[in-house]
Amino acid sequence: MKCKKCKQPAIIALRRHNAAFCREHYLEYFYGQVERAVKEYRMFARDDRILVAVSGGKDSLALWDVLLTLGYRADGLYIDLGIDGYSERSKEKVLYFARERGANLRIASIKEEYGLGIRELARKARRAACSVCGLHKRYLFNREAMEGEYDAIATGHNLDDEAATLLGNLLNWNTGYLARQSPLLEATAANLVKKVKPLYRLTEREIASYAVLRRVDYIVEECPMAVGAKSILYKNVLNQLEEVSPGTKARFLFGFLEEGRQVFAGEKEEVALKACALCGQPTTAEVCSRCRTLRRAGVTL
Amino acid sequence: MSSALKVIIPIPERRVHEIKGPKKVSAILKELGMSSEAVIVIQGENLLTPDVTVPDEAEIEVRPAISGG
Repeated sequence: MKCKKCKQPAIIALRRHNAAFCREHYLEYFYGQVERAVKEYRMFARDDRILVAVSGGKDSLALWDVLLTLGYRADGLYIDLGIDGYSERSKEKVLYFARERGANLRIASIKEEYGLGIRELARKARRAACSVCGLHKRYLFNREAMEGEYDAIATGHNLDDEAATLLGNLLNWNTGYLARQSPLLEATAANLVKKVKPLYRLTEREIASYAVLRRVDYIVEECPMAVGAKSILYKNVLNQLEEVSPGTKARFLFGFLEEGRQVFAGEKEEVALKACALCGQPTTAEVCSRCRTLRRAGVTL
Repeated sequence: MSSALKVIIPIPERRVHEIKGPKKVSAILKELGMSSEAVIVIQGENLLTPDVTVPDEAEIEVRPAISGG
């Protein structure tokens, strides 16, 4: 295979673009897709301070690498979930990355915050682990971003993630979620920081390829709590469609963002946010779900 | 097998397959029942495209790219 741009030997084939690229032109393509995402959704300005939520996985570390390479002011935030073995190994990848690139890294720890790892917290609260994990990560992302006075929180959500989420929401007719799904979540309250997904135009395969080319050492093993996640099923189904009809995932997601989402606009509820009675973070209820979960788990607030 | 190419699949548990080569990457993935959209194929520090022929005695990694978290 030859690079579409320079005819040198290609290192990656992108069937959805009917193209193959050499290393140099693949990186050019990759950076171009991120810049396009940032520009189209006005995710952040050149001199904004960005807090990148990093897990040690390929998407978040690739995102951090891209933003630093493109000259953005990007610091990392790693949340230690206290999952024995896995958390130590993922944290090591993040520490190594930050050290190698001379990047600033913030670390928050679930165990230090609550005395329990995420697995124990979920068990005591009698909630699904992924649900509790997501809840606490979002709380800590926002808190750290507020305390550090960052302009945006960036996460490594990619095209496969977003397409799978879209598929799940459509299959279950979660019209409220469909109205809100976007690569940009605006700050709807004074103590909320906007959240952006600069990798949303890129597939997991493309991101993994980028990480290998840039020698980003990421944790390959899956989070042990993610076993059996529905999102993997949806991704596999979408990839089967992609094999037969390249570009399916992008048409599905981008078509929804451009045309489909407005159909559900009426489902978007304007909610009044107030400060949680316990922690002060924005919530629609008296006490936010994070604090309610902690109370259920018997954690003293 | 006296000579074969080695395919390492690191997750969910590390598996090593021996396949009679030489064989194209696309054919290797088909034999393993893996989707080319869901994996990257690495030899040493290099990515391999589907048309590349992998010789006997070579070692490649077929690394799943799909994550659930």
